[in-house]
Amino acid sequence: MSDVFQSNIPLWAVSISLLATLGILVSGRKPNLREFWTLLAGLIKFGLVLSLLPSVRAGKIAECVLLQVSPGIGLSLRADEFGVFFALVASGLWIFTSIYSIGYMRSNQELKQTRYFASFAVALSATLGVAFAGNLLTFVIFYEMLTLATYPLVIHKETGEALRAGRQYLAYSLTAGVLLLAGTAWIYNTAGTIEFQPGGILGGVEAAPNAIRCLFFVFVAGVGVKAGIMPLHSWLPNAMVAPTPVSALLHAVAVVKSGVFGVVRVVGFVFGPEVMAEHGLNLILAVLAGATVLFSSLIALQQDSLKRRLAYSTIGHLSYTVMGAALLTPEGLTGGIYHISTHAVMKITLFFCAGAIYVHTHKQNVSELDGIGRAMPWTIGAFTLGSLGLVGIPPINGFFSKWFLCLGSLQAGWPMVLALFILSGLLNAAYLLPVVYRGFFRKSEEFAKFDEAPPLMVVPLCTTAALALVLGLFPNLFFDFFELASGISEMILAS
Amino acid sequence: MNPPHLVILIPLIFFSGALLIPLLERWRHGCAYGVAVASAAVGALVTVAGLVEVSSGGTLRYQVSGWAPPIGIELVLDPLSAFLSVMLASVALLVLVHSGSVVRRELPGKAMPLYSTALLLVGALLGITITGDLFNLYVFLEISSLASYALLALGDRKAPVSAFRYLILGTVGASFYLLGLGFVFMTTGSLNMADLKLILSNLESSPPLLVGLVLITTGVGLKMALFPMHGWLPDAYTYASSTATALIAPIGTKIAAYVLIRIFFFVLDPGFASGEIPLTTAIGYLGAAGILWGSILAIAQTDLKRMLAYSSVGQIGYIALGIGLASPMGFIGAILHMVNHAVMKGCLFLVSANFLSRLGHADIRRFNDSTRVHMPWTAAGFTMAALSMIGLPPFAGFFSKWYLILGSVEESNWVFVAVILISSLLSAVYFFRLIERIYLRSPGRDSKYPDEAGGAAAPDGGREEVSASMLAPTLILASALLVLGLLNVWIVNRLIQPMIPAGL
Amino acid sequence: MDSIHAHYPYWVVLTLLVIGLWGMLLKGNLMKKVVGMTIFQSAIILFFILSAYKVGGTVPIYDEALGVGDPSLYINPLPHTLMLTAIVVGVAIVGEALALLIVIYRTYGTLEEPVLVERMK
Repeated sequence: MSDVFQSNIPLWAVSISLLATLGILVSGRKPNLREFWTLLAGLIKFGLVLSLLPSVRAGKIAECVLLQVSPGIGLSLRADEFGVFFALVASGLWIFTSIYSIGYMRSNQELKQTRYFASFAVALSATLGVAFAGNLLTFVIFYEMLTLATYPLVIHKETGEALRAGRQYLAYSLTAGVLLLAGTAWIYNTAGTIEFQPGGILGGVEAAPNAIRCLFFVFVAGVGVKAGIMPLHSWLPNAMVAPTPVSALLHAVAVVKSGVFGVVRVVGFVFGPEVMAEHGLNLILAVLAGATVLFSSLIALQQDSLKRRLAYSTIGHLSYTVMGAALLTPEGLTGGIYHISTHAVMKITLFFCAGAIYVHTHKQNVSELDGIGRAMPWTIGAFTLGSLGLVGIPPINGFFSKWFLCLGSLQAGWPMVLALFILSGLLNAAYLLPVVYRGFFRKSEEFAKFDEAPPLMVVPLCTTAALALVLGLFPNLFFDFFELASGISEMILAS
Repeated sequence: MNPPHLVILIPLIFFSGALLIPLLERWRHGCAYGVAVASAAVGALVTVAGLVEVSSGGTLRYQVSGWAPPIGIELVLDPLSAFLSVMLASVALLVLVHSGSVVRRELPGKAMPLYSTALLLVGALLGITITGDLFNLYVFLEISSLASYALLALGDRKAPVSAFRYLILGTVGASFYLLGLGFVFMTTGSLNMADLKLILSNLESSPPLLVGLVLITTGVGLKMALFPMHGWLPDAYTYASSTATALIAPIGTKIAAYVLIRIFFFVLDPGFASGEIPLTTAIGYLGAAGILWGSILAIAQTDLKRMLAYSSVGQIGYIALGIGLASPMGFIGAILHMVNHAVMKGCLFLVSANFLSRLGHADIRRFNDSTRVHMPWTAAGFTMAALSMIGLPPFAGFFSKWYLILGSVEESNWVFVAVILISSLLSAVYFFRLIERIYLRSPGRDSKYPDEAGGAAAPDGGREEVSASMLAPTLILASALLVLGLLNVWIVNRLIQPMIPAGL
Repeated sequence: MDSIHAHYPYWVVLTLLVIGLWGMLLKGNLMKKVVGMTIFQSAIILFFILSAYKVGGTVPIYDEALGVGDPSLYINPLPHTLMLTAIVVGVAIVGEALALLIVIYRTYGTLEEPVLVERMK
């Protein structure tokens, strides 16, 4: 077992943006000061998480026990490899999103910006809380807080459509949260503990197979809403009514990735590979994930709204990770976990581009994008990089996660899944590349008078696109993402 | 001060205040409010001192007039009583502070009777909490009932009728309690709680005893608004003045639940009530039914106070559910929920009073964005209380529900688990509907009430947010929810764990 | 038959209880409800007093001739004292109920429940 040492860094990492929220609320009248708080908090948060990276690579886990309710039940933060991995992705991308948000909000002259930035800060706090949760109860609490914090962001525009989307989001997420709570109580009763352990806590526990299966369904439903597993996914395309930075970070990175993070935690750290295989649970999960990948890609093809198309694409890619968890082989699990980071970087780029296009030209539909590449070459260029990565073309980082997922499916002896991934890649190409084609290779007078989008938006999206490329060439540059992913997978399967 | 005297002071301060008010009012008009608040403040301090004393020193016993039990009446301040008395007195204090402008507006000229009966009510409820004698409990129960009938009658035109209905039903309840007590007395020969515990542990269960217990449960259940004996509650709470409701709703029904807990877990052996006849189980299932019934009906309401009244029926159900589990977790959940709900409902009723005072109405259909623009702090308090009622962390409501779920899972009672989960979602429906209206619905959208656009004219003229004396208690209660939530572990470990009776 | 004969006071009490309850809950006139309530409470008081009775016992006032050695010579005074309190409580409740009735009558002009419900709308 790795060393556990007491440290307050996880607590600080979670709370820093809560403190920033106060600053944001107070400086509502001074936009520059307000934005300063967001950026400052983002940098500090990222720095704190980064400082945990060396210890985690050395096998030491920082722990911070917040409250001890009774033996076995408490609130604790534990920065293990998986937690640090996810936290790096979320906090790092927050910095980009914040810069992008400033550009977006100001160019679009959005109202209620204080509420926006404040909710964002709280949402990131909750996300890090989810990442660093040391047990199920802490996880559920921060998960619920995430739902609450993101609700004002979904309904930001306050139109009828936005309110409906918000209500649906709440209905789905609160129901899921309540199921998770019940599941947590049930697990405590069955296993005597709710701490996350690599290899699961249900191994060797006396429980009826039906009880285990029922428990699994409860948990899949609980985390599956945010993870976009079909048929619990429909809130996600409807939530695209939110401003694009919200869709980018939350619905491509923080919220949905919290969902798949939860799936991997449940599969790897609560149930464990043995229990999963013994009761055929991984098969059930694989079927759900596979169906999601297939149907979401097909539905994406039919969407004209760019953001909805990207939303369905997200749903599909989230299930790449879920499938990786279902495969339960070293390569498969590594690929699935690594896909969390690769997809995040690529998808955020695509969403950033969609937002830039909307703010600049007020175009939302793919059919209206002919010739836009001439006017906004950087934006569409970044879009191209992101798309190629999602399809799985080397050397962009998406290729590697996909490669490992494919290897994993062969290892598991499920060639059907391999075929599915290949098919999905083709479908990705079919719904993403036409945007590139239209942008660069079709002509239209529509965009003759436009030039590139404001730099506050273009710089982040180019950076993330470049990041996708660079991390593809050097997977372990800066953050050891790949090493972390394979380490986590090893940790889960070894026990 | 000799510690045991602390015990008698607790109700005494309130009773003295209640008696002083009519006298002082004759001498100097308009001082009723001040005397009431002063008595409540002193009383609250004394209860806190009691809690501190009991936490460090153990149970305090006081013999009234020096007569030793079981002949004499004994007042007992044990951890459970001390804890609940603090909750009672503090919520009452905040409501009384808030009541100044409410009484001026809603009940002009009736300040004196209102404050006098309010202090009587609180004093009697505290008496129930600390008494160690079952008949003395009946006396205090009736005092509190009388005070609440009077309080509830001070309201609009319909108030006396609903108060009368409550009077009839409440008297039935108290009389059933007395009748049941008669059976218990005849079987055991004693009325002192500690004495009864000794006698009953050696006694075989017999028909008179069981009949007595059923009667007592029915009687107290009526006071507690346990389903299906809750019929008096919605009307009574809706038509009474805001202060009366804010006083009775958070604490009145809780103390009735306390009586059940005291009898089933402390006087009887805990196993008795769940084994011999499934009384506690019955209470639990009735509670579950109440939860669902209350939550579903709350959704259909258009008046804020009525919605909160139905919601209260549901919340009492949670406490009954906790009693029904008859386990340590269930006990913790029930006690924690008593406190949480007292604070939450107190805050919500104060908020509705604030709305009534500034907007002139509490009709949900007429709430819109302007409500929040004009009364941002009240709206914030409402949101915090609403999120806590739904059971979202980090507010206090989440933690009591967590303990109840844990307790239900432990007993493998999946019906209870399902009820708790479904009701949380149902409360989310009726609370988020309001939150959405207050924060997001622009005035022009409701074609039925176009005059609401641009902000309603404040009946008091001028100021938009309510005055400090109304706002401060609201916000104190709302922030208390956050504090109780964050400190919930400390509360459970330090204060509630010692209360759990042996053998549970 | 024997048990009914032996415990006939309790049957009387039960009858009174039922009459009182019926009056309280099922009668349409508010005044009759109050009357029912009084009967109900009286029945309970009687019940307690019955429980205090001992065959051959006398009034529980110290009698020199009987002394204090044998408690079975006096009937049990405790329920009597409890019932004194209960009677006072009952009086207070009836008083308050009547006060409420006065207010209701002044406001609505009737004490018949169906008419009252109509006028309240």
